[in-house]
Amino acid sequence: MGSYLGIEYTVWWFLVFGAVISGYAILDGFDLGAGALHLFLNKEESRRIALNAIGPVWDGNEVWLVIGGGALFAGFPVAYAAIFSAFYIPFMIFMVGIIFRAVAIEFRSKEPMLWWRKLWDVAYCVSSIVIALSLGLMLGNVAEGIPLNQDREFAGSWLSFLNPFAILVSLTTLALFMVHGAIYLTMKTENRLYAKLHLLTNNFTIFFVVTFVITTLYTLLYIPHLSDFFRSRPGFFVIPVLMTATIANIPRQVKRGKYRYAFLSSAATIALLLIMVSLEVFPYLLYSPQNPANSITIYNAASSSKTMKILLIIALIGTPLVGVYTSFVFWTFKGKVKLDDMSY
Amino acid sequence: MNVEILARIQFAFTIAFHYIYPPLSIGLGLIIVIMEGLYLKTGNKVYEHATRFWIRIFALIFGIGVATGIIMEFEFGTNWATYSKYVGDIFGSALAAEGIFAFALESGFLGILIFGWNRVGPKVHFFSAIMVFLGSLFSAVWIVVANSWQQTPAGFRIVGQGMNARAEITDFWAMVFNPSSMDRLIHVWNGAILAGAFMVLSVNAWYILRNKFTDIAKESFKIALLVATVFSLLQLLAGHKSGEGVAVNQPAKLAAMEGHYDSFAKADMYLLGYVNNKQKKTSGIKIPGGLSYIVHGKFDAPIKGLDAFDPSARPTQINTIFQTYHIMVALGMTMILLTLFGSYLWWRKKLFDKKWVLVAFVWSVLLPQIANQAGWFTAEIGRQPWVVYGLLKTSDALSKTVKANQVIFSLVLFTIVYIILFALFLFLLNRKIQHGPADDNAKDEIEEGTKRDNPLMIH
Repeated sequence: MGSYLGIEYTVWWFLVFGAVISGYAILDGFDLGAGALHLFLNKEESRRIALNAIGPVWDGNEVWLVIGGGALFAGFPVAYAAIFSAFYIPFMIFMVGIIFRAVAIEFRSKEPMLWWRKLWDVAYCVSSIVIALSLGLMLGNVAEGIPLNQDREFAGSWLSFLNPFAILVSLTTLALFMVHGAIYLTMKTENRLYAKLHLLTNNFTIFFVVTFVITTLYTLLYIPHLSDFFRSRPGFFVIPVLMTATIANIPRQVKRGKYRYAFLSSAATIALLLIMVSLEVFPYLLYSPQNPANSITIYNAASSSKTMKILLIIALIGTPLVGVYTSFVFWTFKGKVKLDDMSY
Repeated sequence: MNVEILARIQFAFTIAFHYIYPPLSIGLGLIIVIMEGLYLKTGNKVYEHATRFWIRIFALIFGIGVATGIIMEFEFGTNWATYSKYVGDIFGSALAAEGIFAFALESGFLGILIFGWNRVGPKVHFFSAIMVFLGSLFSAVWIVVANSWQQTPAGFRIVGQGMNARAEITDFWAMVFNPSSMDRLIHVWNGAILAGAFMVLSVNAWYILRNKFTDIAKESFKIALLVATVFSLLQLLAGHKSGEGVAVNQPAKLAAMEGHYDSFAKADMYLLGYVNNKQKKTSGIKIPGGLSYIVHGKFDAPIKGLDAFDPSARPTQINTIFQTYHIMVALGMTMILLTLFGSYLWWRKKLFDKKWVLVAFVWSVLLPQIANQAGWFTAEIGRQPWVVYGLLKTSDALSKTVKANQVIFSLVLFTIVYIILFALFLFLLNRKIQHGPADDNAKDEIEEGTKRDNPLMIH
């Protein structure tokens, strides 16, 4: 395996993959969160404004999922094969959620009837929640590990996904996305809707802190291999500390009405959470607690050195490009939402 | 039923459904670029209304294309884990490149295309239209490269043995430019542009028949007719080139396409026919030695037949391949005749005079769609029993941990979801078409007549 700046390609690609997944969670996180809280908004106009706040960007956000899937497939095909065949049922439900959500956003505005719009509001909200929960469920299972056989394929029953730890991570993910989404919508709205979202942001923050604390306690008590990393490398304890700071900063900025900083804080919280999980599992991509020898690591799952090099070159050229036009799109639609004839 | 058959049905069903939409995006993308370009150049409001209308249709199609496309990306992992491991080193880089170069470009600028009318100037908007079109073209590149590698693998070596064997890249550009990728890419691009162009022809022919929005409809119809004529003819060349490639690289597929068994005999070319695979006999209306002539330039040259291949190394559903191939060719020829006839009427200034011609164009939307599907079925069933030609059998490519009942569960789920989705799609498409290109807002604009007099004015 080749290396660059003294770091192996596989490790570089793990970093790229982590960055893409974090990017996905931060970007799609706010529009999933906005979807999950959609039914808390009562008035037709509020719902329209909320939908149009994510309207021009949600599709672009979802692209990060496609890139993430491609990055895993390309760099760690063994892990890609194992993860998706193992998470078969949750993943199928996730994908149905993805379809219904896209359809709901797209179709809601196409007819004026009240029942039609209410139907798609429910579809949009439920599918957003389902997607957030199943993402969290997969993250939880990846973090605690799943049983693997000698061929590095899933060896458990599909119901084993619904274990307490994974469910806790799942709820935490949903709560965090809802905070993130509420802050985003607050940034994009005015007047009464703004006031309402302000209140919702605070409530969701409490929901998030509660789930986060319970999950952390559960991890410390029952999932020792995850906390081992920080026990053996005290220097990295700075990450949980930072994360606590960013979480605490959310209500502080919300109170001051500085929603942009609050949004950056919730984005940083998402990124730090994922960094923490990846540090805990590294170099494992999929840990097999029952039989650690069967685990999938970034080394035994990796593509060839040549492919890794090609991938890194693609990422090096592609990432700045994506950055430029993503920023351009966000810049174009900056400021508060104004409904016009092309709106949803 | 066993897992292999179920997984194949699921893949065929989900990919066939998905493939209704991306070709329309590519084709409509081109038409939108042309229309908006004409609007910028002439300032004629007819083009602006047409552009806005087709962008609304594009948005609907693109939304479903994305959602069903995400399913495809992950279905490799869920149902075809062994395949994913085998090709990951090669296929993965193409998929990653698609995501980062093509898909991100397309969906990023789509936001501006749909919602940006009042946010950016006309030139930036036009630029976004071009970017969306380029993005859709690029995404076809990577996906066709990946599929072509499965048809004609190149630039790789096999590492490992048995269930742990996998292909590794040795030469990236040899992988990208594998023997069939460029021919097939052009064939796919043409088919996609035809899908979009015929959709525009169909909708506008319907408007003209109904005397609705006639000014806009006639101009749009002419643009689409020009595009459809050019690309129908180009498709004949592209298809021929693709067929030549099959003759060289996948002789078993070629033999199946024409139901040719005997390696020591000349090969016929059928217009219509039927293959009896048990009796190894093909009957129908044919040009004797036609295939021999196309491949070797001589009517009596022998062509390698299905008998030259071990039964375990060649496709079994010969009649299906034969029929899908002939449907594709027949529809391709129909498109050429229809568009040439339309162009002739246009030249004689009688384009919109004949009612039956317009009726034919209304139905013509189905021609490229069915031809595209039939072509892909030919290509994919014709590659069997291989998933990677000559290297990996489809039956070895499955996820070993996935059980038949799981595949049935997801198959039923997708069938229900896709039926609902398709019904909604048709319902909304119909509503949008009924509503037409002159939306309420646009009518106000025409009445006010001030808002957008100068198309290059920056808002």
